Amino acid sequence: MSAATAAVIRAARLQRGEGRRLVLSIALAFGTVVAATGLLTTSGYLISRAAQRPDILELTAAITAAQAFGLARAPLRYAERLVSHDLALRILARLRAGFYAVLAPLGPGSLGEHRRGELLSRFVADVDALQDLYLRALAPPCVAALVIVSAGVAAWTALPLAALVIAGSLAVAAVAVPLVTGALAGAAGRRQAPARAALATELVEALDGGVELAVAGRGPERVQRLRALSGRLTWVARRDAVAGAAATTLSSLLTGGAVVLVLLVGIPAVHSGALAGVLLAAIVFLVMGAFEGLQPLPAAARTLRGCAQAAERLEELGSLQPAIVDPPAPVPLPATGSLALHAVAFSYDRAAPLLDSMSFEFEPGCRVAVTGPSGAGKTTLARLLVRFLDPVRGAVTLGRVDLRELAADDVRGAVVLIAQDAHVFASSIRQNLLLARHGATEEELWAALQAVQLDGFVRALPDGLDTLAGEDGKLLSGGQRQRLTIARALVSDARWLVLDEPTAHLDVDTATELMRAVDAAAGDRGLIVISHRPEGLEDFDRLALAPA
Amino acid sequence: MSDRVDRRLAHESVAARPHFAAAVVLGVASAAIVVAQAALLAHIISAAAIRHAGLSALGGSLVALAAVLAARALLQGGFELSGRLAATRVMAVLRDRLARHLLLERPGLRPAERTGELAAAAVQGVDSLESYFAGYLPAIVLATAVPVAVLAWIVPIDWVCALILAITVPILIAFMIIIGLGAQSRTRSRWQALSLLSSHFLDVVRGLETLRAHRRERAQAQTLARVGERYREETMSTLRLAFMSSLVLELCAMVGTALVAATIGVQLTGGHLTLDAGLTVLLLAPELYSPLRQVGQQFHASADGLAAAARLLEVLGEPGTVPSPSAPRPAGDPRVSPISLESVSHAYPGRPREVLSDVSLTIAPGELVAITGRSGAGKSTLAALLLRLADPVAGRIRCGEIDLRDVDPAAWRERIAWVPQRATLFAGSIAENIALAQPGAAPARIARAAASAGLSEIVAALPDGLETVIGEGGRQLSAGQGQRVALARAFLSDAPLVVLDEPTANLDADTAAVIAGAIERLARGRTTVLITHDLRLAARAGRIVELRDGRIVSNLAACVGAPLAVAA
Repeated sequence: MSAATAAVIRAARLQRGEGRRLVLSIALAFGTVVAATGLLTTSGYLISRAAQRPDILELTAAITAAQAFGLARAPLRYAERLVSHDLALRILARLRAGFYAVLAPLGPGSLGEHRRGELLSRFVADVDALQDLYLRALAPPCVAALVIVSAGVAAWTALPLAALVIAGSLAVAAVAVPLVTGALAGAAGRRQAPARAALATELVEALDGGVELAVAGRGPERVQRLRALSGRLTWVARRDAVAGAAATTLSSLLTGGAVVLVLLVGIPAVHSGALAGVLLAAIVFLVMGAFEGLQPLPAAARTLRGCAQAAERLEELGSLQPAIVDPPAPVPLPATGSLALHAVAFSYDRAAPLLDSMSFEFEPGCRVAVTGPSGAGKTTLARLLVRFLDPVRGAVTLGRVDLRELAADDVRGAVVLIAQDAHVFASSIRQNLLLARHGATEEELWAALQAVQLDGFVRALPDGLDTLAGEDGKLLSGGQRQRLTIARALVSDARWLVLDEPTAHLDVDTATELMRAVDAAAGDRGLIVISHRPEGLEDFDRLALAPA
Repeated sequence: MSDRVDRRLAHESVAARPHFAAAVVLGVASAAIVVAQAALLAHIISAAAIRHAGLSALGGSLVALAAVLAARALLQGGFELSGRLAATRVMAVLRDRLARHLLLERPGLRPAERTGELAAAAVQGVDSLESYFAGYLPAIVLATAVPVAVLAWIVPIDWVCALILAITVPILIAFMIIIGLGAQSRTRSRWQALSLLSSHFLDVVRGLETLRAHRRERAQAQTLARVGERYREETMSTLRLAFMSSLVLELCAMVGTALVAATIGVQLTGGHLTLDAGLTVLLLAPELYSPLRQVGQQFHASADGLAAAARLLEVLGEPGTVPSPSAPRPAGDPRVSPISLESVSHAYPGRPREVLSDVSLTIAPGELVAITGRSGAGKSTLAALLLRLADPVAGRIRCGEIDLRDVDPAAWRERIAWVPQRATLFAGSIAENIALAQPGAAPARIARAAASAGLSEIVAALPDGLETVIGEGGRQLSAGQGQRVALARAFLSDAPLVVLDEPTANLDADTAAVIAGAIERLARGRTTVLITHDLRLAARAGRIVELRDGRIVSNLAACVGAPLAVAA
């Protein structure tokens, strides 16, 4: 837990600038509970006093107080919700910017190849989870503590013994209920997780391979297997439902028990004259109201656990070292010369070298097709050229300078890589193109689009260049997305364009046409095309990689 | 929308019905308990406060109060138990129906149906359904039962207070409806902004490599902060309005309680009411409002909760299932009978455009026919109709004299070996995967099929050979290796009809050439339909049929070097 605590503390530090707003939101939440409890308590007193039939004027103060409490609660709650939502959004913005800064320097070499997409989605979810740390995990215990203390103090003025009973039972409930529900939920999670995972795996397989199973006549059998797994999950979930219901009953019993306890203390006190009869209703109502202030605690305990796990995972990510770092004193980028591999060797793990003593020179304005079967290291080669990776042995040079002596940004200004899965951002087509070069003119953008034969499509869009590409480039088909990313390369002012499988989604004729047009548009810039397809690359030099 | 879904839920899943009934029973019991608790508490407090009664005199009442409080706790637990059990049962029923729907009634997913999304809805969906059954449903029942019971109890005690409460309740309900009606716009304003922000962040994180390639990765930190701030301002301005309705709702409840307290106070000083009665009314006033406010709070959680069930119901409601005939005829045998498509047209449900229009084609026994065309030309639909995953909307497909519609789908599919574009590898050994259609096939036959599909070398390199476990949690095979497993499946089966759908689409040139060779061997002596847009692969067929926009535009015997002259 200590690692988790440290992680939570570090995450909390990122949110520190918002302390004043946090105090305000806690104060407002506390005020909401006070108003509700105050309304009940003063009303209890008011009615008891009224039953003694005093002069109506004597009741004015109590009536006013009851009405003030009644009127205050809703605005306090309203203000609390606004302040806390505002705070949550501010915290989120800080967290995102803060953790993005941690992630940004970690390239492919640091994060590893496996499950990269999953890791990134996890990262985003974890950062988002932390926004609840203050508001939903740390604030409720603060509010609860204030409620317990103030209920105790208020009761003390009437009857010290009742104060002890009230504060005591509130404190027990505040600790016991989250502990018990937390333990039950944890146990349920542990029991259900394997059953859920087994069912999900089987279900994914069955849905993916539904047609194959049906044609193979294995559908009915698979339905039976799914039913058995589903039944097992149902059985486990039922046991957990019973446990959960027991926890709910327990927490409700604690509230009821506290009411009875206060009566057991209060009734003899009234009988003996230690407590004024008019205050009995008030202290009973006080305990009922105060328990409402503890309601968010079980959820807070759950949130805290979730935040701790998220913070721990983010901590692990934060401890990774960037694989690529700029030299302390980068050499200026040579204005001329070739991009060259000198006896380059690379492997992700030592056992299986992917590239071995490979040498090749990409001259300025070259046209090279890099070919080879999948797994031969074509993509790795591309990454070495833009210094996403460093070779294990040998060197990649630009104008005879080792890339490791240059600033990485300078390298990537000179050599631009369009990965096979290059991302199309949800912003406009224009923004997506300007990514490559901010100062590009309207004409240059259209020229690039024309080269990749996307100009007609974009012209037909409702907002032209300013049409949003949508989440994950949804507006575009796979082939169009790829073409847009190639247009990006053409917009850039890099000296070499490295295109990884630029025609993967296209049919033969389109692929041939596209490669010819890109060849023409690249002009005197070097063009390095990685492809397992020969179309349109007939005039290119060959760099064939052997199978691993 | 949630309303429609809950009706469908209630209607479609018999499993949930006892729980709806249980909720009603528990709700009525709760209402009675609420009143009893208030009356007992008021009695005890007033006796002690006015008559200074001691513990001994009030012992019976105290025990009764403790029992009532315990009963209330049990009822709350009961609501939760019943609700969670209902969610679990309904989900189990939906899962079972989903499995049967997508494996038996209309196998395979439609383009809009994503495996991950459906699996998540079917497995994790139970959590969100719990918020409906254990949260919203009890709140609705209590919001009906409790106010009625409370008002019924208060009217004889003090009609003025009853009137105050009776007037505020409709106001409250009106505001709840306003909240309900505004729910969409409100949840939108609140969550759309958050999810927009979240997807922007995810967008940036996913695109990190691309940003790096264009040297923009550092600049994005500021953009993130700026976008966050802009969305915060926009969101807050909508939230200020959105939270108004619940402000009024709460204000109404609180003012109602305060008014009741003041009224009771005045009546008590006038001697028109006893303390006992006054306290009862005071205790009941907040109890009356509480379930009404709960409904408002639970509304959103339950709307989200129903989303998973709604998605499953939507998939289950998709038409296009393949019915089994009541008196099935024996399936035709493609070994001896030609397969003929007669003016076949097909369109997917809900989409007017025909994917296949008036296609007529006869495939002779033992023939190897390639179906080519650009993507979207209708090739895969043709395969789906041949496999009888769907029935044509017009025209018919026959094998010999027998219309496929008159045959039991499972019996027809027994005659087919199918090699899809991307083979699914199931968790298990390679041997089990090859023997998918023939579990229990002799190991020697499986090994022979593996060899025919060009798997021998790959298998020999594996530590456990054909017994190597693949799929989820096992060794991952490459796309090309997976494709060979699918071919081995076809080799093992002696089905007379082989349908291949783009078997080389995801492969590099070398692997594709190896697979093409295996396909030729596979086709020997069987009727084979080869769907491909790879013209080099198609050239190996005896006949090439080209589809364009759902119509046959050419149907020619292959002219160039057809290496196989396959006619039975």
